[in-house]
Amino acid sequence: MRRAAVLGTGQTQHQTRRTDVSMAGLCREAIDRALADAGVDWPQIDAVVLGKAPDLFEGVMMPELFLADALGAAGRPLLRVHTAGSVGGATGVVATSLVRAGIHHRVLAVAFEKQSESNAMWALSIQPPFTAPIGAGAGGYFAPHVRAYIRRSNAPEHVGAMVAVKDRRNGALNPYAHLRQPEITLNSVQASPMLWDPIRYDETCPSSDGACAMVIGDQAAAEASERPVAWIRATAMRTEPTYFAGKDHVNPRAGAEAAQALWQAAGITDPLTEVDVAEIYVPFSWFEPMWLENLGFAEAGHGWKLTESGETQIGGRLPVNPSGGVLCSNPIGASGMLRFAEAARQVMGRAGEHQVAGAKTALGHAYGGGSQFFSMWVVGDTPGR
Amino acid sequence: MDTASAPPLAAPLDIAFDYTRSLGPVLGRFMTGLRDRRVLGARTADGRVHVPPLEYDPATHAPVTELVPVPPTGTVTSWTWTDRPLDGQPLERPFGWALIRLDGADTALLHAVDAGTRESMRTGMRVRIRWAAERSGHIRDIACFEPDAGPPHPPDDSTSGDPGTSSGAGANGELVTGITTPIRLSYTHTTSAEESRYLHALSEGRLLGQRCPACRKVYVPPRVCPADGVPTEEEVPVRDHGTVTTFCVVNVPFAGQRLDPPYVVAQVLLDGADIPIPHLILGEAGDVRMGMRVAAVWRDPATWSTTPENIAHFRPTGEPDAPYESYQEHL
Repeated sequence: MRRAAVLGTGQTQHQTRRTDVSMAGLCREAIDRALADAGVDWPQIDAVVLGKAPDLFEGVMMPELFLADALGAAGRPLLRVHTAGSVGGATGVVATSLVRAGIHHRVLAVAFEKQSESNAMWALSIQPPFTAPIGAGAGGYFAPHVRAYIRRSNAPEHVGAMVAVKDRRNGALNPYAHLRQPEITLNSVQASPMLWDPIRYDETCPSSDGACAMVIGDQAAAEASERPVAWIRATAMRTEPTYFAGKDHVNPRAGAEAAQALWQAAGITDPLTEVDVAEIYVPFSWFEPMWLENLGFAEAGHGWKLTESGETQIGGRLPVNPSGGVLCSNPIGASGMLRFAEAARQVMGRAGEHQVAGAKTALGHAYGGGSQFFSMWVVGDTPGR
Repeated sequence: MDTASAPPLAAPLDIAFDYTRSLGPVLGRFMTGLRDRRVLGARTADGRVHVPPLEYDPATHAPVTELVPVPPTGTVTSWTWTDRPLDGQPLERPFGWALIRLDGADTALLHAVDAGTRESMRTGMRVRIRWAAERSGHIRDIACFEPDAGPPHPPDDSTSGDPGTSSGAGANGELVTGITTPIRLSYTHTTSAEESRYLHALSEGRLLGQRCPACRKVYVPPRVCPADGVPTEEEVPVRDHGTVTTFCVVNVPFAGQRLDPPYVVAQVLLDGADIPIPHLILGEAGDVRMGMRVAAVWRDPATWSTTPENIAHFRPTGEPDAPYESYQEHL
């Protein structure tokens, strides 16, 4: 298969309200940084792919229409990707596919969310007729599955709080992060209000405005780059229904099968040994151990042991979310691409203060819907086999 | 009732939210101008003036920085007529929807022309802005356009709309940085045939499941089997007793919430079903457990209709908890 690489990445300053910019301006802040990081200019971009979570979040149907000018899409193909919270990752995979298929030399991938323009909790709790009024946002949806994980794995109660402490402290190393809390402690997390029992306030992602962009190029473009690139070693996406009899909400089959396909395509047989750093979509703290198992870094029921023993901290065996992750910045549509871009930054050696020393192989991961859509990639400092 | 032949159910679904828009530097100045009865266009590198302004030059992709005033008069470049205005449109009487190129602009703006009759509209007609009496920095500050008999303004004419009011333009307030955009959506929500049968049975106090012919799983509510993609047909009654597989205690208040927190939303695996339904458990939130046995508490039959709200909530039965092994495949 043809090779592809991340030539450059860019992201915004993520915060609760970016009232200084329009949606177009928010996207361009990330795009302009990605182009500069890649060392390319508009004439070298062949196509644009945009990802954004459900349109109800901003109340703009098909924002790609009015954003075409700002995205530099005039005279180029523009594609929109929709896969709920995983969309930022799926957008990166679609852009990669366009390059690997030999259709384009350089593709600009962009994802954004401007949560301050509405209220995602409201948008995710709309009650259709003939249903009971029981929706309670993403937290209400995922909390029962977190409870099931804790029961199934017999994980100690403090593991969730440990993830929150780690990620928020990591976020303090990341100048783009929305939440930067170097002083957070296990006690302070455990003392924070219980929102959706068993999920506490400090174990919950924030609501952010933000965008992310990446320039993905073919082998010639990568070899022409004056700076290190992140070679895309493998990508995978899988889907399953939101609900079906026997669905495993704790360890979803689509996620496990995507991971299996990913490792195989990347030539990785022992992910825990061969992957140096992982950016995993963890919107609620307990999803770190859950996804460690789903991704095959640990046996089912044992993911929490990696977290509890400190192996997922920077300096541990598998640093997870050194950028602070979704727990520190959650511009929903962009959150998946931020995972992909942060993985790329690690193997490019451009992750700044949250750089994992010697990172050569990195995972970017995203999921969306009711644990329904999964997208992931492995990037490395060399093209691999 | 013969539920098998009952027609699908339908009901209105109205949702609404007052979305906010942060405007950024270009649209912020444009909206501020409208508030002050001035129209600003964006000049791009090729010298063209875009009204309404673009934030980014479509040719060079550079941010637009130069805004230039244009007069409140222009020419209709194309149009159509609406005999029955809809709620929220600029005028309540019949009007023309027109593309209007303001004098000095190179692109056209879509707006309403209060022409009175269709026969009064024509391509090439001269029109002028009618400003709204109350202006806040919004496209609605242009109430509409009206036919104009005057001569064309030169492109460099920067006078604002009404004579005698231009001197105050730009001096009566801060830069407009955001607008509110209320959006109302009205749908007709129609249930599937399978869901309709379930709801009709609920209106008779019965809980109805259906068995997938392929995987043999019993779905409540019935639906096309998501795993096999085939319709479920064999109807299976299920009990209004069941087991809590897992649950969430909702402590957080949010916009649009229908219940006062805290409350418990549980996944209840009804006896005879293979997929849990979400419902409320009332009682002490701290007492709800995985594996707890519960029973439906039905409302007064006189109030029953085609809704799961016929079941007010579930209550603990006091039976011993179901063993974990009995529901672990349903988590």
